[in-house]
Amino acid sequence: MSGKIERVVVVGASVAGLTAVETLRRQGFDGSISLIGEETYAPYDRPPLSKQILTGTWEIDRITLRDDATLDRLGVDTLFGTRAVSLDPDERSVELSDGEHLRYDGLVIATGVVPRRLPSGHEMAGVYVMRTIDDALGLRTHLLAGRRLVVIGAGILGCEVAAAAQKAGLEVCVVDPAPVPMLRQVGEEIGRHVAALHRDNGVDIRCGIGVRRLMGDRSVTGVELATGEVLDADVVLVAIGGFPATDWLAGSGLTLDDGVVCDSTCRAAPGVYAAGDVARWWHDTLGTYIRVEHRMNATEQAIAAATNLLGADTPFTPVPYFWTDQYETKIQAYGTFPADSTVEIALGDPEEGRFLARYIQEDRVAGVLAWNMPKEVRAERARIGESVENVRL
Amino acid sequence: MHIEIDEEKCVGGGVCVMAAAAVFDQRDEDGIVVLLDERPSVELHESVREAAMLCPAAAIRVIE
Repeated sequence: MSGKIERVVVVGASVAGLTAVETLRRQGFDGSISLIGEETYAPYDRPPLSKQILTGTWEIDRITLRDDATLDRLGVDTLFGTRAVSLDPDERSVELSDGEHLRYDGLVIATGVVPRRLPSGHEMAGVYVMRTIDDALGLRTHLLAGRRLVVIGAGILGCEVAAAAQKAGLEVCVVDPAPVPMLRQVGEEIGRHVAALHRDNGVDIRCGIGVRRLMGDRSVTGVELATGEVLDADVVLVAIGGFPATDWLAGSGLTLDDGVVCDSTCRAAPGVYAAGDVARWWHDTLGTYIRVEHRMNATEQAIAAATNLLGADTPFTPVPYFWTDQYETKIQAYGTFPADSTVEIALGDPEEGRFLARYIQEDRVAGVLAWNMPKEVRAERARIGESVENVRL
Repeated sequence: MHIEIDEEKCVGGGVCVMAAAAVFDQRDEDGIVVLLDERPSVELHESVREAAMLCPAAAIRVIE
């Protein structure tokens, strides 16, 4: 470490940024902390946006992560509705959208991702992406008045929104060029079960088909597929992933390559750490750089980054975890799910809607996935990394 | 220390059980949290704080 840390700036006020602040305080850091957030809302939880917020089951006060009194007690200078626009790591200074320059001894970058958009059509009414409270409330309003939703992109977000909209009574179609939904997350075999789940609930799953363009003038009226077919729609969600929010770091000298590139301790430069969706770090156990866009990682990595900023210097080697809730089904997954792994059912039966699957790569368990088996998966998690022979005993 | 849980928010991740098995468990059928000890003793406090911080649904509230 180079000198005593007295001032910490955290850029990004979602769960990773908030957790970094709380960790610093828990570890006894008593210097100043500034928390910069582009949105005007206090830190909130994003997973319910595509579920309870979208269906209207919850209002947004339900997803606020900490009440005002708790934020006050953290003794943090919150700057919400403010963007960081540039970083000078030599001067150790962050420039904000209001022109102010904030000096730091330690910096945590937790700016997340920005939804990817189609090349055109997003200016039409009825076309949404989904990342923020405002996105979710806009889509919710449109769904209430809508009749037919087309979701472009069958990843976790697209699948969750499809399920929520179907429950709300809309006609729903999901389009994706991949052969099955959630291919990148769970592979082809389990992806087929995801497709079946949606079809059983009345959602039209169109996989293996690309999208050519959005149709309409002021308001969207449909989606033209690569085949020339047009799907009618009065609401469209574009859920085709996101890219790390690193535009403000251009010219900073930090290594940017699909995220802020960090060493095994989440360090990007002297005194600069990154956490959450925006961070690509060297995972010692996996032996590769990874970037994880899941809720659990945002918390765990923020704890690691803040602890290391204070001098712990410990490699961050989590077992990645994600879950998704669609209809009455809960899917939970620990580890990694490489495209070349083979899937074996360890418990239960996919036909009965309850099972536990192991993903085997090079004779070792790379990941475990539970389908409506939330308790069983906890024990199975311990087997990640073990050889198949041991696990099958 | 006093613990409050929000069952409606709980997503059944079981992270709390991994952090503090003496205080939290999960229902068999849906994995939702079961609070075993509303007022845990002092030696468990740090692990309970850890559980609350790690909970991916922010469903655990610790009042101290």
